[in-house]
Amino acid sequence: MDLLSRLLNERDWLMADGATGTNLFNMGLEAGEPPELWNIDQPDNIRALYQGAVDSGSDIFLTNSFGGTAARLKLHNAQDRVRELNKAAAELGREVADKAGRPVVVAGSVGPTGEIFEPLGPLSHAEAVEMFEEQAAGLMEGGADVLWLETISAPEEYKAAAEAFANLNAPWVGTMSFDTAGRTMMGMTSAAMVEMVQGVENPPLGFGANCGVGASDLLRTIQGFKAANPGLPIVAKGNAGIPKFVHGHIHYDGTPELMGKYAVMVRDSGARIIGGCCGTMPAHLVAMRKALEETPAGPAPSDEEIVAALGGFSSDSDGTGDAPVAKRVRRRRK
Amino acid sequence: MSDQEDDLILDELDDGELVLQMHDDLYDGMADEISEAVHILLKRGWTPYDILTKALVEGMRIVGIDFRDGILFVPEVLLAAGAMKKGMHILKPLLVETGAPQLGKMVIGTVKGDIHDIGKNLVAMMMEGAGFEIIDLGINNPVEDYIDALKREDADILGMSALLTTTMPYMKTVIDTMVEQGIRDDYIVLVGGAPLNEEFGKAIGSDAYCRDAAVAVETAKEFMARKHNQAG
Repeated sequence: MDLLSRLLNERDWLMADGATGTNLFNMGLEAGEPPELWNIDQPDNIRALYQGAVDSGSDIFLTNSFGGTAARLKLHNAQDRVRELNKAAAELGREVADKAGRPVVVAGSVGPTGEIFEPLGPLSHAEAVEMFEEQAAGLMEGGADVLWLETISAPEEYKAAAEAFANLNAPWVGTMSFDTAGRTMMGMTSAAMVEMVQGVENPPLGFGANCGVGASDLLRTIQGFKAANPGLPIVAKGNAGIPKFVHGHIHYDGTPELMGKYAVMVRDSGARIIGGCCGTMPAHLVAMRKALEETPAGPAPSDEEIVAALGGFSSDSDGTGDAPVAKRVRRRRK
Repeated sequence: MSDQEDDLILDELDDGELVLQMHDDLYDGMADEISEAVHILLKRGWTPYDILTKALVEGMRIVGIDFRDGILFVPEVLLAAGAMKKGMHILKPLLVETGAPQLGKMVIGTVKGDIHDIGKNLVAMMMEGAGFEIIDLGINNPVEDYIDALKREDADILGMSALLTTTMPYMKTVIDTMVEQGIRDDYIVLVGGAPLNEEFGKAIGSDAYCRDAAVAVETAKEFMARKHNQAG
């Protein structure tokens, strides 16, 4: 049995990690520089990134390979290094995890290709599967325990990745980003995602939401998953608040205290794997772990309680159920 | 699917009905129907400019509103933009021939360090759909590229996009350089991207922050109208 399945059997909840980009930028990564190159060029920084999550109490951390598909690496003329860069990302992870003194899951991060699928865009299903498989093979070869698909918007892309992972017979987790009026950019609702995940031939070990807008929106999405009875562990990795421009610097407004509240609320809403995304630093993770350990499980928070604790929602509805406003009635076809 | 007998013969509709039907067909992303309707209106003696503004741009405006309100999402908007493009393909040479007024020209691209371009592409498509001419500089643009293109193309609008919180500040670098060169006020500067907000747009000295592609179109139109009024 893979390590993540084992831990899910043993524990009520697991804590994942926080931000990759935010942490690396603090170590001097230049904007526009692909972080994946650091797996080879600055391995100590990547070790430090992983170690930060482990030391803050994460049971799972994601590898530095989010943009590791050929489609993304092509933008830096590194499309021929997919295998090498992903393998290195996982090898460094393995090294840190094996020294942790407790079981820590190395999750091979797989992000979106950034391309739009046919017929609206240029990417074919076959090409997407091939790219995901190439990346996933590198990650598994480097010693990843599971593959971890994240920040996906299009159902086609989620399914293509699932197929690639099935070809490798690899355990996986897959989350989408719900950032547009409660849905993904491509219009998928939380309920529709549950239906899609249930229809996948090689179901993930867990599914859920990451990134998106703020902690409040993410909580509503998690409750939407739960309401659809997914029968699979739910993953929640929300941003540490919303980025603000303060004195020439970008700053996420979520404090460690707020992220601690978020962690407990999201667990009470039904998530079993809980972490952060953009802006989530080790200090946030420490506060989250502490809050999760010290706060007994409670009932799922209401919308009002979420707003009071974490701030308002970015849209009136989460897009599930009846649309807030019906699409226009057309003359020709109804 | 739908009853075939419900299907309309476009050429049997009067002008008013046909234009409304085109709005619907744009909304549904029906490219062939749009192309057919454009030809019908041309045959009936409509000017290319009227077809563009009253049928296509107005139709895309409705698409934009429902996109802004979370009723339509990216896939539907891409389909609509595709249908619009097909109509524009017919009209473009005719618009040039007839010397129709231009809505405006926009230089657009993601800023240096930022390679995320889905949002930028969407804005470019919607702007084109709204009748603007687009000079797409692609991704990762240093300040010189923006300024060269603005001058070379005699553009009206600069659109900058950034998806990363680390690349957002580069927008200020571009605007500051424009100020230094004394050309800032020659252009309308619009900024956009997931992590931005209105406060940020103001703080860096842009004319406006545009939350999404639909808002970008509306904002661009508004500023162009003001610009024309000023010019008299």
